[in-house]
Amino acid sequence: MTTLPLLILGLPLVVSVAVFLTKAKLARLLALLGAGLTLVLTVTLWLTFNAGSTVQVLSLPWVPAAGIGFSFALDGPGVLMLLLTNLLIPFILPVACSQNADKESNLLGLILAMQFALNGVFMAWDGFLFYIFWELALIPIYFIAAIWGGENRQRITLKFFIYTFSGSLLMLLSILTVYFFTQGTDGKHSFDWVALMAANVPPHLAPWVLLGFFAAFAVKIPIFPFHTWQPDTYTVAPTVGTMLLAGIMLKMGLFGVYRWMMPIAAEGLPLYRDLFLYLAVIGVLYGAVIAIQQDDLKRLVAYSSLSHVGLIAAGLFVGNEFGVQGALVQMLNHGINVVGMFYVVHWIERRTGTRSLEALGGLAANAPQFAVLFMIILLGSIAVPLTNGFVGEFLLLNGLFQYNGWLATAAGLSIIFGAVYMLRVYQKVMYGNLKAATANVEEAGRLDLMLLSLIAALVLVLGVFPQPLFNLTADAVGKWLALVGG
Amino acid sequence: MQQIIPLIPVLPLLGFLINGLVGKKMGKSIVGALGTGTIASSFLFTVWLFIALLGDPEPIECVLFTWLNVGNLHVEIGFLVDRLSVWMMLVITGVGTLIHIYSIGYMHEDEGFHKFFAYLNLFVFSMLLLVMGNNFLLLFFGWEGVGLCSYLLIGFWYTKRDYADAARKAFIMNRVGDLGLLLGIFMISQHYGSIAYADVFSKAGLADAATIGLITLLLFVGAMGKSAQIPLYTWLPDAMAGPTPVSALIHAATMVTAGIYLVVRASALYDLAPETLSVIAWVGLATSLFAALIGLGQNDIKKVLAYSTVSQLGLMFVAAGVGAYGSAMFHLTTHAFFKALLFLGAGSVIHAMNGGQDLRHMGGLRKSLRTTHWTFLFGTFAIIGIFPFAGFFSKDELLAKIFEHNPLMWALTLFSAALTVVYMIRMYTLTFWGEFRGTKEQAVHLHESPLVMTLPLMILAVLSLISGLLNLPAFTHLQWFSGYLAPLLGEAAHIMTVSTELVLMGIAFTVAVGLGFWAWKHYQNPKQVPVEEEALKGFAKLAGHKFYVDESYDAIFVRPVERLSRLLHKLIDTKVIDGIVNGLASLVGQLGLGLRQFQTGKIGTYLFLMVAGLVLILLFNVIW
Repeated sequence: MTTLPLLILGLPLVVSVAVFLTKAKLARLLALLGAGLTLVLTVTLWLTFNAGSTVQVLSLPWVPAAGIGFSFALDGPGVLMLLLTNLLIPFILPVACSQNADKESNLLGLILAMQFALNGVFMAWDGFLFYIFWELALIPIYFIAAIWGGENRQRITLKFFIYTFSGSLLMLLSILTVYFFTQGTDGKHSFDWVALMAANVPPHLAPWVLLGFFAAFAVKIPIFPFHTWQPDTYTVAPTVGTMLLAGIMLKMGLFGVYRWMMPIAAEGLPLYRDLFLYLAVIGVLYGAVIAIQQDDLKRLVAYSSLSHVGLIAAGLFVGNEFGVQGALVQMLNHGINVVGMFYVVHWIERRTGTRSLEALGGLAANAPQFAVLFMIILLGSIAVPLTNGFVGEFLLLNGLFQYNGWLATAAGLSIIFGAVYMLRVYQKVMYGNLKAATANVEEAGRLDLMLLSLIAALVLVLGVFPQPLFNLTADAVGKWLALVGG
Repeated sequence: MQQIIPLIPVLPLLGFLINGLVGKKMGKSIVGALGTGTIASSFLFTVWLFIALLGDPEPIECVLFTWLNVGNLHVEIGFLVDRLSVWMMLVITGVGTLIHIYSIGYMHEDEGFHKFFAYLNLFVFSMLLLVMGNNFLLLFFGWEGVGLCSYLLIGFWYTKRDYADAARKAFIMNRVGDLGLLLGIFMISQHYGSIAYADVFSKAGLADAATIGLITLLLFVGAMGKSAQIPLYTWLPDAMAGPTPVSALIHAATMVTAGIYLVVRASALYDLAPETLSVIAWVGLATSLFAALIGLGQNDIKKVLAYSTVSQLGLMFVAAGVGAYGSAMFHLTTHAFFKALLFLGAGSVIHAMNGGQDLRHMGGLRKSLRTTHWTFLFGTFAIIGIFPFAGFFSKDELLAKIFEHNPLMWALTLFSAALTVVYMIRMYTLTFWGEFRGTKEQAVHLHESPLVMTLPLMILAVLSLISGLLNLPAFTHLQWFSGYLAPLLGEAAHIMTVSTELVLMGIAFTVAVGLGFWAWKHYQNPKQVPVEEEALKGFAKLAGHKFYVDESYDAIFVRPVERLSRLLHKLIDTKVIDGIVNGLASLVGQLGLGLRQFQTGKIGTYLFLMVAGLVLILLFNVIW
């Protein structure tokens, strides 16, 4: 049982190094093969995983004197996150290849390094190790955005870096604080998750521990009003970077809330739960309303993503079964949908040379198959029933409703706004008459159609048969609810 | 018997998939035959189920799989076929088949022929899901599904901006209602611990009155959106941008009646919520009157029919609101026949007019469009309630029930019915009587539609004539339909005397015939042909501009939200929040002035320092 997760963790790192060392076609081949194999391994892990268990993958003493262990473990939600990461990377790599980037093998290598770090974040079972992987994940994405990004990339990525890094430091303080109140078996302190859970943090410190964690996660997710790095970064980063950020990396923050913040700092929660919830719900509406009038497609999807992840965060903060189950499954589904949306945006930009809605129009006539696939992905994004997006949003809003009907109503307005801005996008891009930028666009190529079809298939299959995902997380969520007492 | 239930929605789904995926490569005749054949087969299976239920009214259930099982929420993809749902299925697949046949002719020249049939089949699938589901969430699936198909079909000719706008408006406005419905479902799940009909209705009384009141009100918000009631009705007239068969099937006969179905389906809850029922009755009545008034001033043949649909749906809600669920279902049925007929007839007219829809350019068409004319006349007689056409019986029953409940409401409903007579005869006369007012090219082009289009007209005309027999007036005791629904809705009490009933009937009939005759004479006068928009005055101008409701919504909702969007983005997000973030950062920078020697500005150095710091901490811990 433990070899499989270790392979999943190690393989991307090995392949990443190999890709850095090779060039051109071989690098592409290696990267795609590595990512494909990792996906196969992850799916195998999912299918064979005993959802009721928490599997200790590895537990080696690392710095015994400091109670730091090289320890990894997996439970159902952890497997779900691995699935998210390793499912999306194979879609992101071809996008990287389609950019004809300078030093492409470096770009591919960085993406795989990112994959390694992300898998590490989701498996880490030691607070210190978690922090290391957390920061490790920042490095590849920083370089991806700063090297291959668009205009103003230096300034914007630096801001992104400093902003998230500052939040992370506060989290480190929180982890250290809890650490000093742990009681290891040998009288020493320990960073082990179980030990951190059992720590007796004095009541006057508990809220501060919570806020420290919150600082890191609120910036990363991002939660209103800590989000202002996000639209700029999403827009300026190359599409692969945006996909990594929106599809997977922000789930680090949400998963952090689930795995670390809420269980470990549960004592401080009653005081701040409502504040967090209101911020999250404000973000849901705020992002949706701003998206209505955006002209740049990437920026528009960025604000819509702000709205969607706000709802996921709200589900976690509510902390009831509907909210948490909905949040976990929506993390995967949002990842699929947002990568699909950015794929669509990327294709449009590549073909027309613009992302401005005002310059686009009439593509449905020239690219009918693309139009259908775009529509399906869009339906997932606006949570139409029997698409994957509906499953999560239904449970999240239901969870919120059980806690507070008014909050749910307010957050529910986003399903109206979502239709407003997304259908505006579709109309402006696909309907109407052809314009200068779109006049010569032809049907999408075979590879694009194939990848978009796969995403569309995921949107539909996970919408019609969502239960297997809940089977994966149900037991773990049950235990979580007992710990957090939501 | 159970095994055939899933086939009924699955066949149209298959039709959708095949026509959608490979329809372009198949010939138009195969596409049309496949699209129509799937619906016709579903209709035959439905008839089979219907006959079975005539014998034994016990509902037939069929569960396919569990969609979701989280906490106490257990959602099945499961079907419930009882006398109510099978009736809706008959209407959907029956009228659906006729409209599919008609579309083969109507859409024949269109490039998107296969796409049209694919969407139409998808619609029928969704609509069947809506009425066949055994729980509220499956209803919601169908509910949003039909909304999506409606969006796709209204915007079918998407290169025209107005059409795409209309499609978007319909979807968004429906979503407003859908949110209400969704919140209602959350509340049901919260208070009943289940969303399956069987569980909720059997425990209906366990929740307190205020809760039930709120639940039923929220469900009704959904119904307002889908069935186009005040204040969520303005999308339906715009939806006429879609091809005319779509208007007939979706925006007249089936989808827009989903709200009525929801209220009747959940009657166990509504019976416990008298306040909600009276809200429904008054909203329905207000909508019925208001839409009829607007209908008087419209000059687009489809717009008149659209407002007429809004108005008739209002009548059904009045009936449901006074607890006469059976009467609402009866009128729903006859309306499905005669309104589908009227729309298809209008389509035939538009076909002949080469796309023209303006009443001002028609006139005298009865000579060249014989079949269309007499079938249209049947439809008109049915809707205004001329004996012995179907509408006479269904409207009469509805009026009688409303009279029992509240005579004032009866008078107002009768007024609405009177308005119906005027605007319908106005439209009929302007279209088919007088002299032709169109262009010369149009005059040459005028022709009757082919049989594939007129055959459905004839069948619907016969149905509009005879379907009143389903439920004759109470004093005859020949009320088959009431008896049919009795196992679900209970037997209605007859408290009205025969003489009262006859008097009411006489009044309604006199109004219909008298006003109808007057309007027929009146609108044959060439002076009564409506003038151009600019020359309109007074009431005609108000009605012509739909009482400026769209403009008001624009000013109250749309533009403020757009302004808010820009304000949040340009001021709050960019200046205030990001300004604070940047300000804090530069503050730190100022404080660090003294330490600037260490600031190389290179990320590499920062990363190095970070890693070095980590290593130091580790080392420190090892030594310590």
